[in-house]
Amino acid sequence: MAEFTLPANSKVKIGDTYKAPDGAKRIKKFKIYRYDPDKGANPRLDTYEIDMDDCAPMVLDALIKIKNEIDTTLTFRRSCREGICGSCSMNIDGTNTLACLKPIEDVKGDVHIYPLPHMPVIKDLVPDLSVPYAQLASVEPWLQADTPPSPTEERRQSPEEREKLDGLWECVLCFCCTTSCPSYWWNGDRYLGPAVLLQAYRWIADSRDERTGDRLDALEDPFRLYRCHTIMNCTKTCPKGLNPAKAIAEIKKLMVMRQ
Amino acid sequence: MSAHNRPLSPHLQVYKPQLTSILSISHRATGIALAVGTLLLVWWLLAAAAGPEAFATAQGFLGSWFGLLILFGFSYALMYHLCNGIRHLFWDAGYGFELETAYNSGWMTVGASVVLTIIAWIIAAAS
Repeated sequence: MAEFTLPANSKVKIGDTYKAPDGAKRIKKFKIYRYDPDKGANPRLDTYEIDMDDCAPMVLDALIKIKNEIDTTLTFRRSCREGICGSCSMNIDGTNTLACLKPIEDVKGDVHIYPLPHMPVIKDLVPDLSVPYAQLASVEPWLQADTPPSPTEERRQSPEEREKLDGLWECVLCFCCTTSCPSYWWNGDRYLGPAVLLQAYRWIADSRDERTGDRLDALEDPFRLYRCHTIMNCTKTCPKGLNPAKAIAEIKKLMVMRQ
Repeated sequence: MSAHNRPLSPHLQVYKPQLTSILSISHRATGIALAVGTLLLVWWLLAAAAGPEAFATAQGFLGSWFGLLILFGFSYALMYHLCNGIRHLFWDAGYGFELETAYNSGWMTVGASVVLTIIAWIIAAAS
């Protein structure tokens, strides 16, 4: 059910401020959500002043600088630093994106950084993604076919058939879209969310897959698929420029067309 | 601390309002407003059926500045819900999902609903 306010243990308190070193000219304030599971206290918003003349351009660079030089306890996921691994997804300046792809200079004023919205927080900027991962597993995101493959060649696909997968295979599963969706906020226990539905469609649209009917059967449900109300926050926020809203609409169309 | 006591990360509190979400929640809000407005319409019709005194009361309320304000809101809700409903029909048919198109159709919905409401009231005032 929709609950518009945060539970008592989740309200964000004002935290500490870490001043920039003396002589810093171009100071940018980073206000970062902190939560320490060992303390049992509420989350807080710490402020870090960073000298922009001594910091690389992306938000992830600033986070790494803070962790290396100011506060080693700051915790976040990151790996490739070039938008391929999908680890550093978080809410920056009010929208979800990958910290490694977000230039600091795109943010006017202070840089507010929170974990992905409406998720249980393990620590600081690290949300618990077990539910979306389980939902991903539930759509069986792998090629399924009863016809055995030829022993001498791969499963063939025409260029036109392959083209249908463009805009789908590029998803890095950062869950920026899923956690931007108000429908997922209120019904995330039963609604699969845009990222998982895009993955479901990636296999439905694959000419080599032979389980299209089963896949559609599994999605034919008032919650799993039809909690999508075409809000389009997902498409708006996708750091890879993909269109989960359109993928979901294609699934809905197939549902109608097969009747 | 156990996994069950994990705090919930902020959502509505921090997520930037944008055309996508604002128009969506407005669609729902105007839908509710239409349901309430329909009750008002029923009350007006019942009053007309009940007799001249009851009708005069209903007419008096709806003709007051407050009544007219409610009717204006009702008519705007109707126009907005209609325009955005057409937008949803295109989406249901699989069209208009590119972000630029969705933003253009969103602003068109806002503009058209305002213009249609004004036209409706000009016609009402002239007749």
